[in-house]
Amino acid sequence: MDTIVPLLRTRTSIVWFVLILATLLTWSLGGSHHTPGVDGGSSLAGFSILLIAFIKIRFIGLYFMELRHAPVALRGAFEAYCVVTCGALVVLFGMSQHVV
Amino acid sequence: MSATQVVHSAAAPDQAAGRNHIPGEAGIWIFILGDMAVFAVLFGTFLVYRNKDVALFDSSQLHLNTTFGLINTLLLLVSSMLVVLAVTAVRRGTPKPAPLLIAGAIGCGLAFSALKVVEYIGKIDAGITPQTNTFYMFYFLLTGLHWFHLLLGLVVLSYLLVSARRKTHTAAQFAWFEGGGCFWHMVDLLWIALFPLIYLLN
Repeated sequence: MDTIVPLLRTRTSIVWFVLILATLLTWSLGGSHHTPGVDGGSSLAGFSILLIAFIKIRFIGLYFMELRHAPVALRGAFEAYCVVTCGALVVLFGMSQHVV
Repeated sequence: MSATQVVHSAAAPDQAAGRNHIPGEAGIWIFILGDMAVFAVLFGTFLVYRNKDVALFDSSQLHLNTTFGLINTLLLLVSSMLVVLAVTAVRRGTPKPAPLLIAGAIGCGLAFSALKVVEYIGKIDAGITPQTNTFYMFYFLLTGLHWFHLLLGLVVLSYLLVSARRKTHTAAQFAWFEGGGCFWHMVDLLWIALFPLIYLLN
């Protein structure tokens, strides 16, 4: 254990903790929007779930994969993936909600 | 750095990888980004088909166990963190805890697989198969494809387990170690998108 504790003293450990909290938040949003509720609540929960997922993905890339230190081209390709994929999925989901 | 030099860094943990550092072998990023792109297309296709019959997709989704999905997400996040710690340990030249950390990550992957088997058996027992409807066709396709990647990831982690036992790593050996870790993070990353898309988006 003495050899593991020093490894935890990094910013990545904080990111990991935030990812766990975000996962629980997403799950609670997903659970609640299964129940019919106020108009618009379901759409908001859906958009939030997608956005949180891609923020998490970006953090996994930048901190777990260590792309924050990568050359601009590699980091840029990853960031572009997050933006384009998230944007496309948000638009497609918005179409089902008649928002887009 | 030559292939025979020992990797050792006394730099601060968050800066240890250094600027302009490509994690792992450069070639693995063609594979990782390519795989991520294929999944992105599949995610988009899922939503296109969902838009054609939202009621069917939403009613079918209610039969999925979101708690299984949550536990699997947490298992992958824990396993990813264990791999991060193992890579950091090897990079710092203190690889002693690395085998234990990688073994823990493998344990999480096996637990994910066990839950996936339980989930699939439950569906098949209930008469739900890929032929049931379009939603379940995507459910089995996407989760099955992801599970295949996870099983490949377990093979990669087994290699890392052997590699982690080395007291010193050459630059080339460390690059493979780092690259293997990145592959496992990709498995985690794909599930982070897949879980809300299939289990939660309603």
